[in-house]
Amino acid sequence: MIPPRPTILAATEWLSARARWHPLEFVFWIVAFAAIWLMPERHLILTEIAWLALFALSLDLILGYAGIISLGHAAFFGFGGYIAALLAKYEIVNEPVLALLIAGVGAMALGFVTSFLVLRGSDLTRLMVTLGVALLLRELANRYGWLTGGADGLQGAIIQPLFGTFRFDMFGHTGYAYSVTVLFILFLIARRLVNSPFGLSLMSVKGNPLRSSAIGISVDARLVAIYTIAAGYAGIAGALLAQTTAFASLEMFSFDRSADLLLVLIIGGAGYLYGGMIGAIIFKVMQDYLSALTPQYWPFWIGLVLVVIVLVGRDRITTWTTPFRRLAARLDWRAARRAAAASNEGQKP
Amino acid sequence: MLTILFDGIAYGMLLFVLASGLAVTLGLMNFVNLAHGSFAMAGGYITVVLVNWLGFPFFASLPLAFAASAVIGFIFERTLYVHVYRKPHLDQVLFTIGLVFMSVAALDYVMGSSQVFVQVPDYLQGQFNFFGVGIGRYRLLIIVICGLLTIALQFILAGTRFGSRLRAAVDDSRVARGLGINVNRIFAFTFAFGSGLAGLGGALGVEILGLDPTFPLKFMIYFLIVVTVGGTSSITGPFLASLLLGISDVAGKYYVPTLGSFVIYTIMIVVLIWRPQGLFSRASSR
Repeated sequence: MIPPRPTILAATEWLSARARWHPLEFVFWIVAFAAIWLMPERHLILTEIAWLALFALSLDLILGYAGIISLGHAAFFGFGGYIAALLAKYEIVNEPVLALLIAGVGAMALGFVTSFLVLRGSDLTRLMVTLGVALLLRELANRYGWLTGGADGLQGAIIQPLFGTFRFDMFGHTGYAYSVTVLFILFLIARRLVNSPFGLSLMSVKGNPLRSSAIGISVDARLVAIYTIAAGYAGIAGALLAQTTAFASLEMFSFDRSADLLLVLIIGGAGYLYGGMIGAIIFKVMQDYLSALTPQYWPFWIGLVLVVIVLVGRDRITTWTTPFRRLAARLDWRAARRAAAASNEGQKP
Repeated sequence: MLTILFDGIAYGMLLFVLASGLAVTLGLMNFVNLAHGSFAMAGGYITVVLVNWLGFPFFASLPLAFAASAVIGFIFERTLYVHVYRKPHLDQVLFTIGLVFMSVAALDYVMGSSQVFVQVPDYLQGQFNFFGVGIGRYRLLIIVICGLLTIALQFILAGTRFGSRLRAAVDDSRVARGLGINVNRIFAFTFAFGSGLAGLGGALGVEILGLDPTFPLKFMIYFLIVVTVGGTSSITGPFLASLLLGISDVAGKYYVPTLGSFVIYTIMIVVLIWRPQGLFSRASSR
């Protein structure tokens, strides 16, 4: 048997270190779940943060990991939202969890069909095509008013209790517990996904499609797969919004929503899974504060933040996390122990 | 039938004037400028203020709208856009979306969110009958102005020294620089000129397209369609694309109103999939 060479060992070590859970991650999720009991008066905004984080996570999968710029991600969000709301309104599926899954699968189907449209062309073509798909769906939802309620939105949906027992209340208590659980489960799947060989191949596609295909990665198939998955995530995020508010409207498809989403992801930083969640928290808190000051002119501040972020530089914006990362590295006692072990290993003859 | 065709042509010509600046920006610097509509909106509001508030004659306000938008475009180009040229497309998209949001909210603050109208002189209102075809006077004016502008543009691009420099810079900016052409200055000037054209188009379009602070968002997709479908390698491509778009939009809304803008978006997606480099451009432009 050939002994494993040191580079392979180092690579294996690096890969498993990437996939390992960091202590701060435990803290993050413990806080998120503790908020169910600790911050009951804030559950409405926390619910919004939860579905927005899921939506941003979905965009991160295609933008941060696969490098596809999309200006129409709201298409899947709205599609999932309308499916969930329609299922509830016509009492086709009464169990919210089941309806959520159906919405996710429906959005995935849409994502699969439209994914072939984003394979070709430059960034600009992708922008236009994704934007066009979202506009088309919005137009469809507007036209078929007998089904979707048109411009007034889909009203009169009554969401049945979760598992037949937990009723959705107006303070959002059930809504938040439900949303954060869904977010956590889907986060786990995404985390597994991006650390798998599949996720690594995606990052290589993002880095250089030509070389990736030269080393045997079928670029198109990967992009179709991740686009489909991301669409499903977005659909579930939309369905969460529809179920927790018992309402779906044309605004779910709007360009503003896709643009806001880009901002959310950029604030948090694209290309790592917590970017969307941190971005969602900052965005919602900012929105809560600023729109209390000037409700009508809130887009101005979004625009200003976008312009400033680009002018300062996206990489430099995310450096505000550097002190935290340093702290995080110090907190990660296992990594420190491994590093010490590795240096001992190196000194041995 | 012919009236619809006529209206469609007028609409298409207007779109062309609005979008031609964007065609140059995208073609020359490969810069995704989603905020182009904001300059058009600026021109529209300047006209409204000049005509309705200050009592300027309509025709005098058009050149002023052009000049003011050009100046605004120039200032923005020199102070903000120059920093973003070399950045990736994602940054350009974020930056220009940011500008759109800011302009929308700022005009909402200053001018109010309701739709505004401009008082067009009496002799431009109404229709006259020309061999059984109803022709709107104002639309005829638009066709005349935009037609003249198109010819002028074509002449500038094809016949003048500036035009040949611009085309050289479009084809290969590095070699153009090597030949001693000041590409940056050409670009600043072209950007200002394109913004000015957008402003003029916005001023002319108040009567037909309507004007409210969400104008840049509403028409962004139209401008992008003109440019992406028409291709960026010549001025005739976007011109034909905007005529096509104008006619099919007007005809579509007249004959199949239930479908709305559905037709346009579908056509756009199909064209982009079929020919990503644009309908009327050479295959190997970039």
